[in-house]
Amino acid sequence: MAVVSGAGGVTVRARKAGFFRDIFAVARRAVRAMLRDLETVIPALFIPVFMFAVTVGALQDFAETIPGLDYRAFQLPVAVLFAVTGVSRAITVVTDIQSGYFDRLVITPVNRVALLLGLLMADFVLIVALTIPVIIMGFIVGVGFETGLLGILAFMLLAGLWGLIFNGFPYAIAFKTGNVAAVNLSFLLFFPFLFMTTLFIPQEQMTPWLSTTADFNPVTYILAAERSLITEGWQWVVLRDGVIATLGVGVVSMGMALYTLRGRATRK
Amino acid sequence: MTETNTNDAIVTRGLVREFGAVRAVDGVDLSVHRGEIYGFLGPNGAGKTTVIRMLITLLAPTAGAITVAGYDAVSQPDQVRLRIGAALQEAALDDKQTGRELLTLQGRLYGLRGREIAARMADLTDLIDIGDAMGRLIGTYSGGMKRRLDLAAALIHQPEILFLDEPTTGLDPISRNRIFEEIGKINTDLGVTIFLTTQYLEEADALAHRVGIIDRGRLAAQGTPEDLKHSRGSDLIIVKLDGNVFPQVVASLEALAAVDAVDAHDSELTVSTSNGAALVSGVALKLNEMGVGVRELTLRTPTLDDVFLQVTGSRLQREETAQLEGEASGNND
Repeated sequence: MAVVSGAGGVTVRARKAGFFRDIFAVARRAVRAMLRDLETVIPALFIPVFMFAVTVGALQDFAETIPGLDYRAFQLPVAVLFAVTGVSRAITVVTDIQSGYFDRLVITPVNRVALLLGLLMADFVLIVALTIPVIIMGFIVGVGFETGLLGILAFMLLAGLWGLIFNGFPYAIAFKTGNVAAVNLSFLLFFPFLFMTTLFIPQEQMTPWLSTTADFNPVTYILAAERSLITEGWQWVVLRDGVIATLGVGVVSMGMALYTLRGRATRK
Repeated sequence: MTETNTNDAIVTRGLVREFGAVRAVDGVDLSVHRGEIYGFLGPNGAGKTTVIRMLITLLAPTAGAITVAGYDAVSQPDQVRLRIGAALQEAALDDKQTGRELLTLQGRLYGLRGREIAARMADLTDLIDIGDAMGRLIGTYSGGMKRRLDLAAALIHQPEILFLDEPTTGLDPISRNRIFEEIGKINTDLGVTIFLTTQYLEEADALAHRVGIIDRGRLAAQGTPEDLKHSRGSDLIIVKLDGNVFPQVVASLEALAAVDAVDAHDSELTVSTSNGAALVSGVALKLNEMGVGVRELTLRTPTLDDVFLQVTGSRLQREETAQLEGEASGNND
C-alpha cells in the first residue's frame, strides 16, 4: 500500500474505502451541494402545484361528469410525477467533467458505480422530500388515501422510484456528452412519458390511438398504481404492474447510465 | 531503448496513443527513478498531457506498456491509483465545496478514517496556508489558493508518486515561486517522486533532477539539465539578425577557429564554442565583413531553452511569451 511518512510524522495508508463508504461519500457531497443550491429546487415545486391548479380548475367540472371520478384525486399522482421527474444532479456531473474535478474523482480508487449510485442516493432524498408538499397540497384540497399512512409511504416510494429511474437518462447524457445543453434536452423525454398517457382523462375516454399509445407507456401503469393507493385501496396487481413498468424503464435508463459512466471513467 | 531499473517509479515502453488518424504519442520510452523530480517539457500539442493522462490511468494507451509504482497501469489501475496523486492543468476543484470538505471527501475516497484525514490536513497546513479560508467555498478562492488546495488534495493520502501537469500556469510570479518551493520540499522532505510538466524552463532547470523533452509525440532528449546543457557546448554566442539567416553566413562562421557548431533558426544564430570570450569579437567582425545587420549579440552559457531550440526547432520561452500575451489581450477584451 502507499505509505509515505508525512512531514508532521503522521503516516496513513491509502486503501479502497469499500463500495458503501464510496456511495455515502459521494452522496454526502451531493446532498451538501443540493442544500446550497435550493433555488434550483423551487421550479420543481412550482410546476406541479401550478399544473395541478390549472388542470383541476379547467377540467374538474367537465371530467367529473364521468361517473365515480374524483378529479382532484385523479390529478394528484400527475402532480407528484411532475415534481419528481427530471430532478437530478446531472448538470453537476457536466460541471465536474468540464472543470476536471471528475478526473480527480476517477483517479482515486473509488468504485465507479458508486459515482452514480451516490448521486442517485442524493437525488432520492430530494425526490422523496418533493413529494411531501404535493401530498400536503392534496390533503388541503380534500384528497385522502384509502390505504392510509402506509399507502402514503408506498405512494412516496413509488414516485421516488420513478424519479430515480428516470434520472438514468440525464446521467447517461451527462456522462456521454459532458454538455449542459445536451443534458437539458433529456427533458424532451419528459413529454412522451408524461403526456402520452392518462394525464388528463381516464384511458377509456381517450381517442383510440392515444389509448393504444398509453398501453405501451410505462407511466400509464405507474399512474394507475399511484391512483389506486388513493382511491381504491391495496390493489396488488395494479401495484405490481406499476413497479414492473418502473423497473422496466430502469433496466434501460440505468443500463445506459452505467455504460456511459464506464466509457467516461475508462477512456479507451 | 532505455534500461529498466527495479528502482524506477515510472517506466514506459513503446508508449503510443492515437486519436483517430492522429498519433499524439509515438513510441515514448521513459524511466523515472524513485525519489527524483522529472521535468517533462515540450511545446504545446507535443503530447505532454496525453502522456501524463496515460500514466495516471485516465487514458488507455493504444500500444505499449506502462508501469507505475511497480504496477501495470492498464491491467492494475486500482493498485496504481492507490500510490499516485495528481494535480492536473487548471485546478480541478469543486467551487461549491469548502476547502475542508473537499479534502475530507478526497481522504474518504482513499479509505482514510476521520482521524487520519484530520491528521493529514494538519500535516498539510503549511502547504495549504489558506488559514480560515478552509471553511469558505472554493469558488471564493484566488488562483494561487486554488492551486495550493489542489496540491494538498493530491497529497492527502501520501502518494509515492506525484504528477503535476503545469501546476503554475496562469499564476503570478509570487504564487509560482511558492508552489515551486513547495514542490521542492515535498520531494526532499517526503521523498515523493514527482513527474512534472511545465512551461517555465528556469524552474525545471532549478528543480528537476532529470528532464525529458517531447516533440511531436516522441521523446527527443532526456538527461540531467546539466548534461543536456553541456551537450550544447560550454559557451553560446547568440546573434539576432535584422533579417533571416543566409546559408553562406552559417558556412563562414563555421569556418572560424574554435567554433564547435552553428545553428540557424529564422533570424537567430547560435554559435557553440568552448571559449566564448575569445570568439565573440571574431564573430562580430565576420558578420560586419559580410554586411549582415546585427540587432543583438549575446555571450552566455547554455540554458535548457537552448537545448529545447536544438531538439524542437523553436524556443519554449517564445511560445510562452506569446501565450501570455494572448491571455493578457483576451483578458482585456
